[in-house]
Amino acid sequence: MSATDSPPLPAVPDAVAQRSPWGEVLHTLLRSPTFLTGLGILLFWVICALLGEHFVPYDPLDADIINTLAPPSADHWFGTDQLGRDVFSRVIVGSRDILTVAPLATILATIAGTALGLVIGYFRGIVDDIVSRVLEAFMAIPVVIIALLAIVALGTSKITVIVVIGLSFAPIIARTVRSAVLAERELDYVAAAKLRHEGALHTMFVEILPNVIPPILVETTVRLGYAIFAVATLSFMGFGIQPPSPDWGLSISSNYGMIGGGFWWTVLFDALAIASLVIGVNLVADGVHGAFND
Amino acid sequence: MVFLGGQVLPGNVGRAILGPFADQRAVDALNHSLGVDRPLLVQYGTWIWNFLHGDMGTSYIFRAPVAPFVIDALGNSLKLALIAFVLVVPIGILGGVIAALNLNRPLDRIISLGGLSVTVLPEFVTGIILILIFGVWLRWLPIAAAWPKGAGFFTQIYYLILPSLPLFLVLFGYIARMARSGMIEALDSDYTRTAVLKGLPWRTVIWRHVLRNALLPTITVIATQTGYLIGGLVVIETLFRYQGIGSLIFTAARGKDFPMLEAGILTIGIVYAVATLVADFLYSVLNPRIRLGAEQ
Repeated sequence: MSATDSPPLPAVPDAVAQRSPWGEVLHTLLRSPTFLTGLGILLFWVICALLGEHFVPYDPLDADIINTLAPPSADHWFGTDQLGRDVFSRVIVGSRDILTVAPLATILATIAGTALGLVIGYFRGIVDDIVSRVLEAFMAIPVVIIALLAIVALGTSKITVIVVIGLSFAPIIARTVRSAVLAERELDYVAAAKLRHEGALHTMFVEILPNVIPPILVETTVRLGYAIFAVATLSFMGFGIQPPSPDWGLSISSNYGMIGGGFWWTVLFDALAIASLVIGVNLVADGVHGAFND
Repeated sequence: MVFLGGQVLPGNVGRAILGPFADQRAVDALNHSLGVDRPLLVQYGTWIWNFLHGDMGTSYIFRAPVAPFVIDALGNSLKLALIAFVLVVPIGILGGVIAALNLNRPLDRIISLGGLSVTVLPEFVTGIILILIFGVWLRWLPIAAAWPKGAGFFTQIYYLILPSLPLFLVLFGYIARMARSGMIEALDSDYTRTAVLKGLPWRTVIWRHVLRNALLPTITVIATQTGYLIGGLVVIETLFRYQGIGSLIFTAARGKDFPMLEAGILTIGIVYAVATLVADFLYSVLNPRIRLGAEQ
């Protein structure tokens, strides 16, 4: 946040001043092993989600009653589940739903949170007091509980999951944006905009917003990790993505009952897939955080 | 707020209990006997009044008072949470302290990175992997938290070790990280340098000067994790089929058993408030700069 978002003090030639902060961030990112490892994992799953169904050996939804619960073998690398579906194909294609729902929820949270944060940071005073207290109350309730109630009320669908996770993460982003805006609004360029009689909306979204992008970006990547966490958990609880999707959390929830029988392959690979995706996104977030804070 | 949440959930209560084929007159009669056809405000007043008198209402599904269910479940959850806490607080702090004393050496890297990676994983993922390792492959620990009736204290603990481990792992990362940064700050301070320069043995410096200051923020973090812990309990209790408050809320939400749901969530709210209060109290006891009460 330090050097990138305040107007450069020394007189630097225009072209350099405009390009260098972002170029520098990109440069740092591309040399950060943390970021590159995370990006690699993330890209792998994105490719699986987009193209997976074209190269997996079996249809992930195709039941094969004769070959149920077969252990891993040359035919079925990760074995088959209780309906004889190929676990390898399901794990590969299973990335699709979570990689649709979690990013959409994160985008919703970012948009709602940024707008809210800009407003309460800019106006301060009584608006800020009231909204901030409400947001704090919201943040005290665990996401799982909010989601449970909302989904019982609204019924289960991907849209509900996106809205619930998006709205329960929005306060956290709003808080980050608010504190960034509080620092920005004291700067000269905001005062200049006010002297020009620019409207409040113009000042917030055209003047201040571009300058608080770095913290928003960092917070968004961090939230994406939590969104994946939340989507996977809700699907596992039966409140998220619904059958017959090969989603990872859902597969674990329908297979873990048989774990005592030793059918480890029906859950292990899904668990590892979630683990790798969550860790990958967190590595990316760590890299982005590092790049903006050095 | 909890009550309103419960009321906003659509769904005809009588219809939910009797099923879609029941006679409309029967549904109306049941709604009346449960009192759900009265105005909202009247219901709310009665609910709060009764809750304060220890009557949490009657479960729509079990047709029995909610209170015994909630109290049993709360007891079970507290056992589980307590085991996780008893394990994680000392080990997490120790991990953070060791990491800080070995700053930027391999041991620090392992603790910090390892702690961070297990912290970001969903509990049911670590839970499944732990069940596979300790329950299915090594067969050291039981995979469901259902001990035989009348089991003794140690048997119960034995059954609860595996369910408490995922909670342990998630909390470990947070606590170790806070303890580590607290330690680093304290080690870097003037009073530590003074203590070293006046010739105190290193051990004394760590115990008397560094630790006390380093652990204050950690306590606050531990308290704020109570809220998280409750969310984690819902998942873990479902995974291990444990009759705790989390699985009670989960089952109540699925069955639209509103009195049960409301009582469960309100109970969690109270637990949360108490935990926050205890943390504030502990903080003031440990920090000589904030002494509450009349000591002047």
